[in-house]
Amino acid sequence: MTDATLSYRAQRPPIKRTSTMIFLGTLTVFVVLVTVLSGADLISTSFVKLLGKTLCLALAAVAMDVVWGYTGILSLGHMAFFGLGGYMIGMWLMWARTEAIVQANLATQSLPPTPAELRDAIGGQIFGVVGTSDIPLIWSFAHALPLQLILVVAVPGLLALVFGWLAFRSRVTGVYLSILTQAMTLALSLYLFQNDSGLRGNNGLSGLQNIPGFENTSQAWISLTFFWASALALGLGYLLFAWVVSGRMGSVLRAVRDDEARVRFLGYHVESFKLFAFTLTAIVTGIAGALYYPQAGIINPGEVAPIASIYLAVWVAIGGRGRLYGAAIGAIAVSLLSNWFTSGGVPDIDLGFYEIRWTEWWLVLLGAGFVCVTLFAPKGLGGLVDLIARRTDPDRQGAYGPDTGAKRTSEGAE
Amino acid sequence: MIRFLLAFLLTTLSAPALAQADLQTILQTHADEVESPGRRTVAPVIEDLLASGLPSVPMFLEAWQGRDIVRNAEDGLFYIAGAEKDDTVTLIDIASKEPVATAPDAALSEARPNGGVRRVIGAALVQFRLSDPDPQARRDALASIARRPDADQIEPLRGSLDTEENARIRAEKERLLNILVARFGATTQARVDAIEALSGSITPDARAALAQILETEEGVGTEAPGGNVAGPVTLSPDEAYARLVDEGLAPPIVTPAAIRDAILANAEGDSVAGIPLATLNTDAARRAAYDRLATDGRASPFVTQAQVDAALAIHRFDAIYTEADPAVTEAALASLSAVERQVALNQTADLALDAISLASIYFLAAIGLAITFGVMGVINMAHGEFIMMGAYTGYVVQQFVPDYTLSLVIALPLAFVVAAAAGIAMERLVIRHLYHRPLETLLATFGISIALQQLAKNIFGTQARPLTSPGWLSGQWVANELVSISYIRIAIFVLALAFLELLLFILNRTRLGLEVRAVTQNPGMAASMGIDPDRINMLTFGLGSGIAGIAGVAIGLYAQVTSEMGANYIVQSFMTVVVGGVGNVWGTLAGAGLIGVLQKTIEGFNPSNTLAAQTYMILFIILFIQFRPRGIVALRGRAAEG
Repeated sequence: MTDATLSYRAQRPPIKRTSTMIFLGTLTVFVVLVTVLSGADLISTSFVKLLGKTLCLALAAVAMDVVWGYTGILSLGHMAFFGLGGYMIGMWLMWARTEAIVQANLATQSLPPTPAELRDAIGGQIFGVVGTSDIPLIWSFAHALPLQLILVVAVPGLLALVFGWLAFRSRVTGVYLSILTQAMTLALSLYLFQNDSGLRGNNGLSGLQNIPGFENTSQAWISLTFFWASALALGLGYLLFAWVVSGRMGSVLRAVRDDEARVRFLGYHVESFKLFAFTLTAIVTGIAGALYYPQAGIINPGEVAPIASIYLAVWVAIGGRGRLYGAAIGAIAVSLLSNWFTSGGVPDIDLGFYEIRWTEWWLVLLGAGFVCVTLFAPKGLGGLVDLIARRTDPDRQGAYGPDTGAKRTSEGAE
Repeated sequence: MIRFLLAFLLTTLSAPALAQADLQTILQTHADEVESPGRRTVAPVIEDLLASGLPSVPMFLEAWQGRDIVRNAEDGLFYIAGAEKDDTVTLIDIASKEPVATAPDAALSEARPNGGVRRVIGAALVQFRLSDPDPQARRDALASIARRPDADQIEPLRGSLDTEENARIRAEKERLLNILVARFGATTQARVDAIEALSGSITPDARAALAQILETEEGVGTEAPGGNVAGPVTLSPDEAYARLVDEGLAPPIVTPAAIRDAILANAEGDSVAGIPLATLNTDAARRAAYDRLATDGRASPFVTQAQVDAALAIHRFDAIYTEADPAVTEAALASLSAVERQVALNQTADLALDAISLASIYFLAAIGLAITFGVMGVINMAHGEFIMMGAYTGYVVQQFVPDYTLSLVIALPLAFVVAAAAGIAMERLVIRHLYHRPLETLLATFGISIALQQLAKNIFGTQARPLTSPGWLSGQWVANELVSISYIRIAIFVLALAFLELLLFILNRTRLGLEVRAVTQNPGMAASMGIDPDRINMLTFGLGSGIAGIAGVAIGLYAQVTSEMGANYIVQSFMTVVVGGVGNVWGTLAGAGLIGVLQKTIEGFNPSNTLAAQTYMILFIILFIQFRPRGIVALRGRAAEG
């Protein structure tokens, strides 16, 4: 260890710490602001819900950034984990709510229902739309919130673990891995679309905004609570990932991204590091989904479709890969903009011969904008922060070293 | 009676008319039955008519069946009613078919055979129709026999067989005769022979005839049954007991629902048999309450497992053929199993055809990708949108060129040009800058993909647009009842083969192909040999995209044209290329073949659920890549390094 490396390592953490502190500080201010505005009835309940959902998406994007921006695995399946988390919590929400309704209905009868009758009635209520009243095996834990909360973590985690183990073990990398993850997502969504999947086919789970036990609480309070919970989850998730990507672990992950073979030759078990990053991010994404869908109120297999995962990658790319706050900014900016454009909030432009209606043209704009970001601003929105901080990376195209990215002559001389 | 006398008088009075035709004579002897026939009374009339062997009989029967026969009250004779004008009807002679007289409407009484009688007449007509000079009439007659098989039809059918000249109809007649004899034949030997002759036939009516012979009735008893026993019926204990209950041979098992009903029926206020209703919220509590009711005699007692076992032990369940002759049922059983083997064989053949056709669709969709992704290593998520562009090109051409064949001839090259131009533009503007960043190519082309999809939606609307195939491509090729394939799928198969040949030719036999392969393997070395890698990349990308455009026209012909049609194929196409092996046209063919066959095979197990088939297929592919990460046809040597 030379002095240079020591001083380098001593320098780095404060920078990261700064960005983390700024992010968490901004988040806190934002939460307080929204709470105050909502308390003063200046913003609507649906807008609070939208903000809460956006924070969940930001958490998923931060996780995606760790797996893509830091580890170099372009996973096109993380929204599947997000959806699975939503399904797991949705099962409990739907079960508990249906149980309450059924109990209220049966209470009027002179003969109190037996547990078996109660179960049958709940099964009939939930699965009537897919033409059955049998309760599938996967709903065995749906009656108990703690068990279902464990599933929120366990199901996406296990799926990611098994899939990642299979994929990384056979050294599928790069674009092949992306296509493989996309295939996994497609298989999952096709499976969920079936009526006999046990999760109500393309009807999905609905009525999730009604939280059992809080029937008398106003939706305003519920959405504000979920907003706080989402913000807390984002903050904790950000801290967790900031910790993961700093220090030695982070260095190995970045090295895997830049040259997997070299890291392997240095004696690291690359597959374990990739599997760790993949599974951990899948779990966090699942948790984000479990917070998102009670605010959205409904989940169906369309939410798990491959395109959703590609959008997640798009957000991260627009926000800027390889920096956690970039991913969060990208997700928040694009999903809020998208909402603004598609809800008709943007005035249409009349060109005389043609009227541009933004509800129709938003996707064209997004697609074109995305191409431009990829081509001209690979650092994304996060690159703006560099401009402000006057921190410009050295231009590493140069004479030293065999590859692009090798250090410049000037750096080498230091 | 008076009418009959009158008719008789009239008949005798109009003696000269009698000589004109023997047919009229026969009718006059049965005048009453002809005029108002009943199901029973009509039989002797028809017998006489058939026995006469007159050439005019079939025509008369047809007119009779069609309610066109009238009786003129003035002369008492039967005529065919002709055109009616000013309440005056032209009368047509039943033998000569010439108009012979007119009569006022009021003087005519129509012969009105009811439905039953018309069926009898129809059956009699069949034998004439079976020898009709018009082949279509003969086929119709056969079809009507097949719809309502009857013992009476055996003889006419056998009789018409000798004079049949058309080989196909003759074969059909023989088959139908076998079916009739198998079911209604006079002797056991005749029936067994006919049944054995049916063993090669896979037509539904032959199978139905065999199944009908093998129909069984399931009986319950304590002793071995008599008659032609098919064998014991295998039932689960629950089913068996339920059947005993149905037959009244055992008391029903007390179900939770029955307990509930009994409790509610015997409830006195808030309690039943002294137990408050509010406490009956478990099965055990309800059973206890029911037990009290049972001991009071207010409900039937519980049936114990021992009772169930005892009841099952003394009863046996047998299936007995409704057909009494064991020789016939044995022959039918053997014949049916041979038929079922044939059917399974044919269904497999049909499945294989389906699989080939699906594989050629996947191949067509993926082959363009095999070039851009497989050869150049560029991930093009907008590939599906090039397919869509080709399909919309075909749709637009059809708006201007109404002739479907001509429009197809124009659309195919035009789709190639449109998609190739779009591909080249995309390569020049976007992909060229991202050759060293493949993951970002994926995202940039995804951006283009969503933009193009939305553009198509804005231009053509969200509803599906039809791409009509020309008349010579509609319809299907039918080998037999079970094996068939539509011409459009054959055309897609041929198109896929043509593209395979074309691509192999371009890549292996032309200068362009040589340069493409050179640039693929080592761009730097190729450039130093005087090849312009930029130009080659552009042309290769154009070729791949153009082929996607043509695939779009083909896919649009059998599916509908929507803005999302490309997106439906993109993941499958990538998987086809990856499974087959990247960088090799043969690999794509192998991949498409594997995926097509696999999907159809899985569908074969559960035809109603294509979603499940797709799910399992993708899972299979994910596992497959574990074992052959480089695909079926893996590149070797240096080319594999990249």
